[in-house]
Amino acid sequence: MGQEKMAHIKQQGYETFEHGGDIGVRGYGESLEEAFINGAKAMFSIMVEDIAAIPPRTEVSISASSFDLIGLFVAYLNALIAEADLNRLIFSEFFCKIGAGFTTVSGVAIGDETPLGQKQRGIEVKGATFSEAKVEKKDGLWIAQCVVDV
Amino acid sequence: MDIKGLKKIQDYIWKIPEHEGMNCPGYIFASKNLVREMDDKVLEQIQNVATLPGIVKGVFAMPDAHWGYGFPIGGVAAFDPEEGGIISVGGVGYDISCGVRTLLTGLTVEDVKPRLKELIEALFNTVPAGVGSEGKIRLSPSKLNEVLEGGALWAVENGYGTRDDLQHVEENGRLPGADPSVVSEIAKKRQYRQVGTLGSGNHYLEIQVVQRVFDPDTAAGFDLREGDIIVSIHCGSRALGHQIGTDYIQLLGMASKKYHIPIRERELVCAPIRSPEGKRYYKAMACGVNCALANRQVITHLVRQVFSEIIPKAEIKTLYDVSHNTCKIEEHVVNGKKKRLYVHRKGATRAFGPGRMELPERFRRLGQPVLIGGTMGTFSYILVGTKEGEALSWGSACHGAGRAMSRHKAMKRWKGKKVIDDLRRQGIIVKAASYKGAAEEAPEAYKDITAVVDATHNAGLAKKVAKVRPLAVIKG
Repeated sequence: MGQEKMAHIKQQGYETFEHGGDIGVRGYGESLEEAFINGAKAMFSIMVEDIAAIPPRTEVSISASSFDLIGLFVAYLNALIAEADLNRLIFSEFFCKIGAGFTTVSGVAIGDETPLGQKQRGIEVKGATFSEAKVEKKDGLWIAQCVVDV
Repeated sequence: MDIKGLKKIQDYIWKIPEHEGMNCPGYIFASKNLVREMDDKVLEQIQNVATLPGIVKGVFAMPDAHWGYGFPIGGVAAFDPEEGGIISVGGVGYDISCGVRTLLTGLTVEDVKPRLKELIEALFNTVPAGVGSEGKIRLSPSKLNEVLEGGALWAVENGYGTRDDLQHVEENGRLPGADPSVVSEIAKKRQYRQVGTLGSGNHYLEIQVVQRVFDPDTAAGFDLREGDIIVSIHCGSRALGHQIGTDYIQLLGMASKKYHIPIRERELVCAPIRSPEGKRYYKAMACGVNCALANRQVITHLVRQVFSEIIPKAEIKTLYDVSHNTCKIEEHVVNGKKKRLYVHRKGATRAFGPGRMELPERFRRLGQPVLIGGTMGTFSYILVGTKEGEALSWGSACHGAGRAMSRHKAMKRWKGKKVIDDLRRQGIIVKAASYKGAAEEAPEAYKDITAVVDATHNAGLAKKVAKVRPLAVIKG
């Protein structure tokens, strides 16, 4: 990867990657929470043309649990997908807190009802999966990733 | 995939010998070229599935096999509850009971060609398609429970179709054993507005013409002649199926630990069939199956309405409806004894041969119609199940072309508008919910469907009956 691209990813905090017929999402962060949030941004960036253009108008509470950290990241993304679907929202801002023991996460996701035109330019993410799922600390940076089913 | 480690049994059958930890061998049904094109991950996933408890005879990969979640897509495996066999979310897939329904119209290409544009426009306006599409049916919580228990039967009893449709749907339109109480509220809430919708991704509705008949006798038995117009619907259980998969992968993850089942890949999490967790997943999965069957039944009703308005002489009848993401309880002969097995088909179509009591009477002599969807620019195929296939792969066949390229790459390579324009020049009208969706589904992003179907035919899994060509496509 070129230095320029790496610098861009670090600044943005997330990226997507190839996986068979589907797409992988990866979030980076100084903290675990930041990596989770950036993973969520990577996922919603697939769903619309420009995630930065989604105004933070509507706030929804998000909570998820699992029996380990990798499961928690996947569960967190799936909770976001479900709430977005139920409330017809696209989220662009996220806050979360991971509980002691790394088995629970709670927080809020903020976004807006997406005009159909813009939503249609994205890809529907049906669910987050355990494929390529990883949560690890590398070179002082947390990385949270998995493949999403599209 | 490197074929060096495989043992060639016949031209289209390759054996993966048992390695450490495997409880059975693996088999790939494909030509040498298709095997070579397969990802190495397919081999790894076959070997992983073979380590699961209670597996019977082998893990089978269809000619369109590719890297999936836990099981390869195009993977088939059966488990014996009496031998500690398991049930796995990864063996079913997230889009529970995704499948194809093909409708006969009683019309010929000459009847339809002059009204084709009008027909596809009306279908596009009537059958909701695309990201977040919502149907006209709004269900209350109790009504949705009825859908999950009743499947296509619920739809017919509520005015969306005919009794004759039900006879031509797997399980007569309703998989027994569904229990809505084990489906989460969030899964249900996500489905209230989605009954009767196509969805997005590779889901479609196509008006097709029968281009070539390979087996005239069976084709006649299926009521298919060259030049006939048919309609095919490809969709599944929408958000509900995905949410069930998401919910139960967590539950079965805990169950795998509880029952000390060694898991080589996270999405192979499972529970013994006879455990409370295994029984619970089966009941939830059956709800997903019924949801998909109801969905395709309601869409059938919408298609019928549109055709009757535009070409009143049309007689829409269901040829068959078959799923390719399921776990079904089926009777098979194992070492000369009849056994009730839990057959997981993930991206693989059930393809029963003649004589099976599960088939409607008119197909019992012939075998089951096996509906294989191609891409929006290529042929689709109708095959028939064989007795040979039952012995080879529990009566299973391929399910489609299989992707050759990721959606990401496809979107970067093609522009949706150009894909649609190119297809128009080939005489295929495409109505897509989005240009991005059309780009993702560019025909070149898929493997050669003809090679996949030929391998299925030559391996003996199912036999070719007819080839159909798309005239007009609605892409979700």
